Amino acid sequence: MNKKNTIISSITRRTALKALGAGTIVASGALPRLGGYAQAQSSEPIKIGFQVHRTGIGAAYGRWYDRTTNAAAQRINDMGGINGRPVEIIAEDDGTDPKRGAEVVEKFATQHGCDIAFGTLFSHVVFGSAPRAGELKIPYFVVSEGHHVASGKLNRYTLQPGITDVKSQVQAMAPFVSDNLGKKVTMIFPDFAFGHDHRDYFSEAIERQGGEVVAKIAIPPTETSFTKYFPNIPRDTEVVYHVMVGPAVLTFVKELGEFFGPSRPEIFGFIDSLEAVDINSPGLEFLEGTYFWEGMPRYAQPDQTSHDKAYRAAVGVDDNGASTSDAKDVSTFAHMFGCWETLNIVKKGMEAADYKGPDDRAKLIEAVEAMSDMPLSDDHPQGAKLFNGKTHQAFGHQYISKVKDGRLDLSHTTSIEDTFYDDEVDYTKQPF
Amino acid sequence: MDFGPHFLIASLEGAITAAILALTAMGLSIVFGVMRVVNVAHGEFYMLGAVIAWWVAHLIGIHPALGFVAALLLAPLLVGVLAAAADKLILQKIGYDPDRTIVGTIGLLYIIQQSTLMTFGPDARPVQPPFNTRLSIPWFEFGDNGFEIIWPWGLGTTSYKLFVIFAAIVILTGLWAVMTRTKIGLIMRATQQDNEMARAFGVPVERVYAWVFGLGAALAAAGAVLVVPIQQAHYLMGGDPLLLSFIVVIIGGLGSLPGTVIAAIFIGMSDGIISVFFSPTLAKIIATLVVAMVLVFRPQGLLGKANP
Amino acid sequence: MTDTRRSQALHAGVILLLIALFFVLPAYHVGNLARILVLAVYAMGYNLLFGYTGLLSLGHALFFAAGMYGLGMTMQFFDLDPATAFGSGLIAALVVSAVVGFLALRTSGVAFMIVTLMFAQAGYLTILYFGEYTRGDEGFVIQQAERVFAGFDLTGPTERYVAALLLFSVCFSLIAYIVQSPFGRSLVAIRENEERAKMLGYDVVRHKLKAVIISGVMSGAAGAGYALLFGYAGATFATVQYSILPLLWVLLGGAGVTIGPLIGTAFMFYLIDYSSSITTAYMLVAGVVLVLLTLFAPQGLAGEIRKRALPWLP
Repeated sequence: MNKKNTIISSITRRTALKALGAGTIVASGALPRLGGYAQAQSSEPIKIGFQVHRTGIGAAYGRWYDRTTNAAAQRINDMGGINGRPVEIIAEDDGTDPKRGAEVVEKFATQHGCDIAFGTLFSHVVFGSAPRAGELKIPYFVVSEGHHVASGKLNRYTLQPGITDVKSQVQAMAPFVSDNLGKKVTMIFPDFAFGHDHRDYFSEAIERQGGEVVAKIAIPPTETSFTKYFPNIPRDTEVVYHVMVGPAVLTFVKELGEFFGPSRPEIFGFIDSLEAVDINSPGLEFLEGTYFWEGMPRYAQPDQTSHDKAYRAAVGVDDNGASTSDAKDVSTFAHMFGCWETLNIVKKGMEAADYKGPDDRAKLIEAVEAMSDMPLSDDHPQGAKLFNGKTHQAFGHQYISKVKDGRLDLSHTTSIEDTFYDDEVDYTKQPF
Repeated sequence: MDFGPHFLIASLEGAITAAILALTAMGLSIVFGVMRVVNVAHGEFYMLGAVIAWWVAHLIGIHPALGFVAALLLAPLLVGVLAAAADKLILQKIGYDPDRTIVGTIGLLYIIQQSTLMTFGPDARPVQPPFNTRLSIPWFEFGDNGFEIIWPWGLGTTSYKLFVIFAAIVILTGLWAVMTRTKIGLIMRATQQDNEMARAFGVPVERVYAWVFGLGAALAAAGAVLVVPIQQAHYLMGGDPLLLSFIVVIIGGLGSLPGTVIAAIFIGMSDGIISVFFSPTLAKIIATLVVAMVLVFRPQGLLGKANP
Repeated sequence: MTDTRRSQALHAGVILLLIALFFVLPAYHVGNLARILVLAVYAMGYNLLFGYTGLLSLGHALFFAAGMYGLGMTMQFFDLDPATAFGSGLIAALVVSAVVGFLALRTSGVAFMIVTLMFAQAGYLTILYFGEYTRGDEGFVIQQAERVFAGFDLTGPTERYVAALLLFSVCFSLIAYIVQSPFGRSLVAIRENEERAKMLGYDVVRHKLKAVIISGVMSGAAGAGYALLFGYAGATFATVQYSILPLLWVLLGGAGVTIGPLIGTAFMFYLIDYSSSITTAYMLVAGVVLVLLTLFAPQGLAGEIRKRALPWLP
């Protein structure tokens, strides 16, 4: 209903403020139709502070997080908002910097008067911002796939319900790698915390499968040429496991191909190494026949669900995972669904908690903590998930795709159980 | 991989780094030498070179080689003109005061970065190399059968990477000829040694400065065009080349052009070779400290004169 | 009034103004000001070396990070209380700045810039290399429960502001004292003409080393203060960008003026904050403003005030 008018896809504070006016008018007109109880409620929009990597090293992700978030907010508003109130996204750039990230969270809480903060990807920004969120008692929903939330290092106000974490992703890959590709693995990863998580959790998991990691090659950050490190790959390597982030990812993968020439081992990579990069870029031909972890399959598969289809249409992504308006503009498809799903969870949580305003923030967190099953649906197009209220972390299916004819074809889907590990924290025991 | 082939591959990679670095740093060295200002935006000129290369190659798009050649001519030219304009509009107005130049060029850096982000976007974009054949490199060993030629696994490079080294040498030789054999070079050297005296002899110092600033930026852009088929154009790619060029210029000895080339080779090669012996990040730490120590014990740089 | 009196009145006045602002400003700006005060300490440390001694360092992030990790790591692994941990942050910064100063002062001018830059870069990589303990770029959180000092929860807005103001006031008064002291005046003499200072019998290297150490420890105090008050330590703070920031703040505010760093830090913070609420292209706005400032306020903001109106500004 009222499709034209309740669209609030704010880019800046100024446009947001303009939209706010329009949204309020329309919402008040729309409310009576939602049932009597809504009339008594405030028609003020629910303000969601969106911490976005608009500049800095995460900008390629940020742009797509932005598009997905606005699409999700628009859908929620089209369906009547949350508790009859429209959702307003207030976006602030964190510059992919932990210091600015914390400042932005503070701005959401004390300046914009946001109900929650949401959205960031890079884990150092999560770490930098989470303490402020906890102190200011503003729920902070991150979409970062870091293991920070479930590790217990953060606080009760920080949650990650819309995307799985790196620990569960990585360990779920080990059975597939050892059964299908080989037992002797060389890992190449960036020499920072995200890379170390891959190193540690995968090494453990592959040993449980009877395999071993024969070499661990940590690449220093900001490195732009990689060939000189590849000779450290032992000759008896059966599988190369690679994960890389940042703007140099394409160079990395290309140089890997040039290094091996015609005699490559099996290659298994995390799509992070090629997120927002066209798999058909020059120099990537050698990837044919290699495997990738994907958070969500970039290419529409033959058995595409209606949920995947609706989600792509809403965000503006074609069947190849690129923008519908520019086929060269490849999305960060394996991660950005997290924004979509998180906002839907926020909506459900606010409805369950009968959320009225900042005073109900603790109730909102308790409502989300009480969630567990999240079935495959338009709200959860990536797949079914199980949310662990104690660790504030969601668990879900992982996808492994094979490069074939310049496309990523889904070749294996892990079970949710494959991704489980023992709880490391119980946030519900912490006071608000 | 055995030590020998590993060493060879690391040296080759070091040589490519050195070649690009020599070009980029030479641009900064000329600016530094002649104008005595720290241009913090130098890395952004490098980045612009790569971005324009992508844009030109994209527009022409008939054959990769054609696009590449066009980029190699156009990108340095455009960047050079832009830099000369920045010199006229900003640096000349503040009289090349060292402190103000730092703030001014930091401002320029923000402007260039943000404008690129808004137009070119945040993605890393590749440019297709004009040619790129993988070349396996033979190695030798004394096995049971005596001296043997073998083709070790992974030992190879690409024709384009070798071309980069060659092209850098050609451009630098050309620059050297200009600086030592032509009147333009003479005027630049005269301005570098004593700009008051040069002015007295009728050298239009302001115009020379604008040209020098443009030339410095154009050299950075040329380095970027050469590197962009190996790496990709990205709006944040200017940071590292800026720092490295800086280091090269100082290590080489301020204003010494041969020193700059030697320092580029020293730093590029040491980066490659040290990586053979240590784990990657440790190698970076050691390479960084080695360079720092060279300066601590030879503050005037490798070829600089004592007490400048 | 003599210049000394004026100076004392000015410094006391600034501190009083900052106290008053706490009661006047809305919550958001109080939070910002606490941040600005801590970062201004960093800039003041930088100003002593750059503005008063004439040494341009591009490696101060190393000292900031030394303080930050000196506090953070000891709280994390040895469960030290905040006060002791703060002390160990200062000691870490002292040791690092003494070593760097000893080596780097063999050089001068641009070589000094590069040597400090390289040491800082090596320090940054070292933090990543020992990622097992430091958690590298991701860093670590100092939990709210641990940030209690003498019964005061430093995470509350009032306590945090008081702590930040206290740290700032101590350093601000210290700088005011130093620059008026014979030691401070000899630093200026070295800046103005090193050869002459040498001929007059000053031990130039010793003076410079002292300046590096004081500057380094003050930067470390800011780093430790930031980690304690905002609960996070990470390798980002050791990157080159965080070495360039204090230079920028000092140049904007006015190098060699005691209130310059505070003005520069606050100006830059609000420049980013306000322009980002007007446009997503806020860096463009910031860039243009910086260029305009170099054109029209070459001495920095406080420097211009000194030049035009208050020649006695210390």
